[in-house]
Amino acid sequence: MSKLLTISPSPHVHTSDSVNKIMYRVILALVPALAWSVFMFGFEAIRVTLLAVAACVAFEYLIQKYIMKSEPQITDGSAALTGILLAFNVPASLPTWMILVGALVAIGVGKLSFGGLGNNPFNPALVGRVFLLISFPVQMTSWPVTQHATVDALTTATPLALLKEGVKAGQPVSEVMQGLPANLDLLYGNMPGSLGEISALFLLLGFAYMLWKKVITWHIPVFILGTIFAFQGILWMFNPENFIEPVFHLLTGGAMLGAIYMATDMVTSPMTVKGQLIYGIGIGVITVLIRNFGAYPEGISFAILIMNGFTPLLNVYIKPKRFGGTK
Amino acid sequence: MLKTFKLGGVHPAENKLSADKAIEKLALPKSVFIPVAQHIGAPAQALVKKGDQVKVGQLVAKSGGFVSANIHSSVSGTVKKVDLAMDSSGYPKQGILIDVEGDEWETGIDTSSTLVKNFETDPKKIIDRINEAGVVGLGGATFPTHVKLVPPQGMKAEVLLINGVECEPYLTSDHRVMLEKADELLVGVRLLMCALEVDKAYIGIENNKPDAIKHLKELAAKESGIEIVPLKVKYPQGGEKQLIKAVTGREVPSGALPIAVGAVVSNVGTALAVYEAVQKNKPLVERVVTITGKSVKNPANFLVRVGTPIQYLIDAAGGLPEDTGKIISGGPMMGKAVASTDIPVTKGTSGILLMQDAEAKRQPMKNCIRCTRCVTVCPMGLEPYFLMTVSDKQIWEKAEASKIMDCIECGSCSYTCPADRPLLDYIRLGKGKVGNIIRSRKK
Repeated sequence: MSKLLTISPSPHVHTSDSVNKIMYRVILALVPALAWSVFMFGFEAIRVTLLAVAACVAFEYLIQKYIMKSEPQITDGSAALTGILLAFNVPASLPTWMILVGALVAIGVGKLSFGGLGNNPFNPALVGRVFLLISFPVQMTSWPVTQHATVDALTTATPLALLKEGVKAGQPVSEVMQGLPANLDLLYGNMPGSLGEISALFLLLGFAYMLWKKVITWHIPVFILGTIFAFQGILWMFNPENFIEPVFHLLTGGAMLGAIYMATDMVTSPMTVKGQLIYGIGIGVITVLIRNFGAYPEGISFAILIMNGFTPLLNVYIKPKRFGGTK
Repeated sequence: MLKTFKLGGVHPAENKLSADKAIEKLALPKSVFIPVAQHIGAPAQALVKKGDQVKVGQLVAKSGGFVSANIHSSVSGTVKKVDLAMDSSGYPKQGILIDVEGDEWETGIDTSSTLVKNFETDPKKIIDRINEAGVVGLGGATFPTHVKLVPPQGMKAEVLLINGVECEPYLTSDHRVMLEKADELLVGVRLLMCALEVDKAYIGIENNKPDAIKHLKELAAKESGIEIVPLKVKYPQGGEKQLIKAVTGREVPSGALPIAVGAVVSNVGTALAVYEAVQKNKPLVERVVTITGKSVKNPANFLVRVGTPIQYLIDAAGGLPEDTGKIISGGPMMGKAVASTDIPVTKGTSGILLMQDAEAKRQPMKNCIRCTRCVTVCPMGLEPYFLMTVSDKQIWEKAEASKIMDCIECGSCSYTCPADRPLLDYIRLGKGKVGNIIRSRKK
């Protein structure tokens, strides 16, 4: 026989799934929400998203090639995904140079300083976002009015911020609620806010797509949203004058974006379902605590980053159920 | 709801290309190479030397201990030499090279196709006969069957499980045996039940073989104590522990044998070999082998004499396709890639798979993105990503504590990894090292 045969250990077949497919499917899942943002914020939404994606990809390429001196991995789609998620987490009016700073921190500090895809303990897009929020609090909380709003102003406040101010000023929740959008508006996203967080409906649509394609499982989003609902529900039942009903919190402040797309980042979330349960409950509880008792009106970014920090610990101590193990 | 095992599992493309091809007798080759080690345990001791005349079914190598098996000549002719030659392991192994002359069988072997149903119900006699005939597990593990039939002190078999799962993609030899040799198979099952002194046997068959399920159900209705259990299609259901879990719900404890939960598992091919050994006095000298692959002209199921070079099967199936990149002895999930077509069919060869170039090469490995898929699919509840890391870093205490020795090497983790990481390669390495450490500790 003249031909050389390949010799390798089993298995000899492989799933058609790949890291690239996973990344591009998540990006595809985000397209409906992006389309909604363009509808609501116009060209600004396109500007911010394109800039963030281009900057993340470019920084990844440059750092990998010239600083890490390794083969750039930009085609795996992870840098582009970080760019989209970063864009989704900032106001559509954010100045260009701030977007570039955010992208540099997300990719350079959040991801590549740890060794690149798979090695970062914290969600890179959230590292970038929180860096911007702490550094430029004014620009990061100036929300452009949507194209379809009837008010005569350039900026406005998010529903969560309005709620926080109202409660702080001593108004009962029922009174504050007069000035807030109805839950139906919140559901499809007729409100000001970060670029990609506003439409719960389109974010859920992407979730359904990811479940269908088995990109992620239902566990983490359901654990987080369930915890927010339950915890806020308990507070609301005890004191409806100080605490708003729980559905409001599910539909605002990036709860959907965080729970479905940021907390499920595979690299930074636990490996077992039991670990994911603790992780999800932790994120839900911290989010509700920050929103009701903390300094920021929204809190899921911080909650996810904090629980990211616990992920290695959860992976060490929470083991899957072994076959034939003794209980 | 169809029964299946709970933890993990994958579903690779089935590709059962030869499922409707009836078993054909393959013409005798010019010469055969019969290795003396075709089973788990001690190699057999050769009894013949150069120049000896042998007949089909003649004992040519004697079992080398309790966990070992007799080897019989699969052809008649002249022993050319007793020497080393390559087998599917890729290493030179001792064996007997025989030039084929005619097809003369040992006297006393019934080569007719008459069904012999009645037998003497003495467990010891049945087990002795199985031992003499060199029957080993034909599912691939080749564990000597007579050893399984004698439970260790203080343990008692309660139930016999017959493995008709054939969960490996491509392979169809067990499927054809269930369709074409069902009567013989059921007598074999009754013999095994008698040898184990159990009154219940289950034949587990995956639901992608509805014809086999229907056929065996009709026949088993006339027998008492034999039940056909259709199972949901899921790999690795043919793994002993997974099959026991799927059919009986019992879970073999970590580190223990199936007998710990009162179960003994045997392959359908083995049950057929048991029938032939006991009822027809015929040693294990031939078996059904699937020859298949996407580019193979005529995928087929051949009845092949042990020792036949796999080149003969390939020729009979239409020759080696141009685009062959890998030749696998066994299925694509657990089979061995072989280096040449001169290696012989042995007792454990369930199929020969010719893979196309495009599928033969592995993709380059990427970073682990901790997608959890390897953990989700592991049928033993292990953490393949972690075991790979500790094997790579040689932290053997952690590998052992994380149950690396429980791994059944089914390959579900490597199959499913989107980053193309060779998880099982590293786990095998770790298993070898940890196994050595455990053994040296016992000394």
